[in-house]
Amino acid sequence: MELDLNKAKEFYKEMLLIRRFEEKCVELYSNQKIRGFLHLYIGEEAIAVGVMSALSQEDAVFATYREHGHAIAHGVSAKSMMAEMFGKMEGCSRGRGGSMHLFDGATRFYGGSAIVAGALPLAVGMALADKMMKRNRVTVCIFGDGAVAEGEFHESLNLAALWKLPVLFVCENNRYAMGTALKYTESETDIYKKAASYKISSKQIDGMSVMDVAQAAKEAIASIHKEQAPMFLECLTYRFRAHSMFDAELYRQKSEVEEWKRKDPLTLFENSLKDKNMWSEIDRAEMEDEIKNTIDEAVTFAENGTLEPIEDLERFVYSEASHG
Amino acid sequence: MDNITTYREAVKEAIRKAMREDERVFLMGEDVGHYGGCYAVSMGLLDEFGAERIIDTPLSESAFTGAGIGAAMNGMRPIVEIMTVNFSLLALDQIMNNAATLLHMSGGQFNVPLVIRMATGGGKQLAAQHSHSLEGWFAHIPGLKVLTPATIQDAYEMVGLALADPDPVLIFENALLYNSKGSLDVHATPTPIGKALIHKVGKDITIVSYGISLFKALEASKTLAEDGIDAEVIDLRSLRPLDDETIMNSIKKTHKVIIVDEGWKSGSISAEIMARINEQAFYELDAPMERVCTAEVPIPYAKHLEDAALPNPEKIVAMAKKMMGKS
Repeated sequence: MELDLNKAKEFYKEMLLIRRFEEKCVELYSNQKIRGFLHLYIGEEAIAVGVMSALSQEDAVFATYREHGHAIAHGVSAKSMMAEMFGKMEGCSRGRGGSMHLFDGATRFYGGSAIVAGALPLAVGMALADKMMKRNRVTVCIFGDGAVAEGEFHESLNLAALWKLPVLFVCENNRYAMGTALKYTESETDIYKKAASYKISSKQIDGMSVMDVAQAAKEAIASIHKEQAPMFLECLTYRFRAHSMFDAELYRQKSEVEEWKRKDPLTLFENSLKDKNMWSEIDRAEMEDEIKNTIDEAVTFAENGTLEPIEDLERFVYSEASHG
Repeated sequence: MDNITTYREAVKEAIRKAMREDERVFLMGEDVGHYGGCYAVSMGLLDEFGAERIIDTPLSESAFTGAGIGAAMNGMRPIVEIMTVNFSLLALDQIMNNAATLLHMSGGQFNVPLVIRMATGGGKQLAAQHSHSLEGWFAHIPGLKVLTPATIQDAYEMVGLALADPDPVLIFENALLYNSKGSLDVHATPTPIGKALIHKVGKDITIVSYGISLFKALEASKTLAEDGIDAEVIDLRSLRPLDDETIMNSIKKTHKVIIVDEGWKSGSISAEIMARINEQAFYELDAPMERVCTAEVPIPYAKHLEDAALPNPEKIVAMAKKMMGKS
């Protein structure tokens, strides 16, 4: 993949923004500004940034409850995300969803689903509608290795392949479904092979390399358009932090975490840019300042946001007149 | 403009009309295409509309129901047919966790204009995995609307009403009604969702029913009339929303009420209706409220046992007479 300086800066900055955003979330969780479940994307940033770089504005995204990174990379504003986690009306889901349910109509970001594999059928239907209406766009569906054990995964892959739908399935294989290693739950741990069994063209790639992910996603999107058929990417990755804020991480060795941290997507990309003699062109300090401003503004925006009046509690259960 | 038709034909005609008028409408489910529908509701539609709009699905209730939700979010007006309510449990995750919640979780951004039709009810010796009436369960869930067409007119109208609704609507068609005959006026103004209908006006006792129980209640009311008991028979038509007003107004007149429900008694829609009457019309009652429900047992195969498990006109008559002091 051709990498110009602008693209390099963009990739690095997006990944760094996600990293810093997540670190800020931890801080705010400790300060009890953010509550509920909080699942951090730290370590997996290359996948969101790589995949989203391949999409057009028309394409739709379904993600999981570990979706802050996907939302940021897809263009959902940090302000509206932070306000959401503060439970404010200005949040991207009006404070009704929280960390696990970020939604944004403007960028066609369809959540934030917290039922493992529950969004795969939705992505199939979204793509079915596009095919029926002859709209030339792609639906991306991102899920973890845990989803592979669910029936909805298998049912959805079969339908997408059978009906030749424009879906890009992206499996973020971080090796643990919450606290249980894949090897304890799957007879076949090479997940891409399961997709292949449904006659879906599939690939296993290095999910720590933003370049590898971006390249594979670009090719996959092109193939979906050309072949009018789904594609499947298994991205090998690792989460550096606990599953959620309630996880004591008794199921994995610290040495394993440290081993993977050596493949930190930011470090990997930095090294690759050094090899290309591009790193010196990147002003990391300036980037950090810009990101800090973005995040500080998001926090201020969230702090100053409005709590929805209790009188509105039962709204949005059924459509209001404007929807009809 | 009335013509005599069957419940099955009425549903089919409504689907056909909707598909002719709106290219966004399509039907998908198990055996809806080449087979013509498990209950032959969609027989002939594949020939008219083609495989792109009458879609045979694999036995993947969760995925094709979820696909209906996704398509609805993306501008379509899907009708998902689930063969029976018993199989809808395989799609309960999609119905409950997605269809019913997405509008709310997204802060009002994404509504789900999806119609799910399914057969329900017992009475055909199909035993404990094909005979249950679980519509009351679905009525528990905010975000859904639950319709139970009993008449040929409603079988027809409710398809159009459900498709016009911006939110997920579940239609429960009692399998014993598909062959029933009656008059259909396709030009009538549809009775809106959430409005109950009084099928027989009476002054002595109110019988609240829905779905096939309407006909059991009407038959019971004829027997009761011979004994000089003038029953009022209500067809709820919709279990969510419930038409509290029609129920309470009737009780203000009769001061006595029996609820007929093909669901089990415990935690049923009939229990909900009793609770609402207690909240809204307690002082209108001249006698304790009563219910005729399905016995608390998985539906058995043997005919005499199944018959004994389900509500029937005799049970309704006996209950009404007891309440009227005429037993």
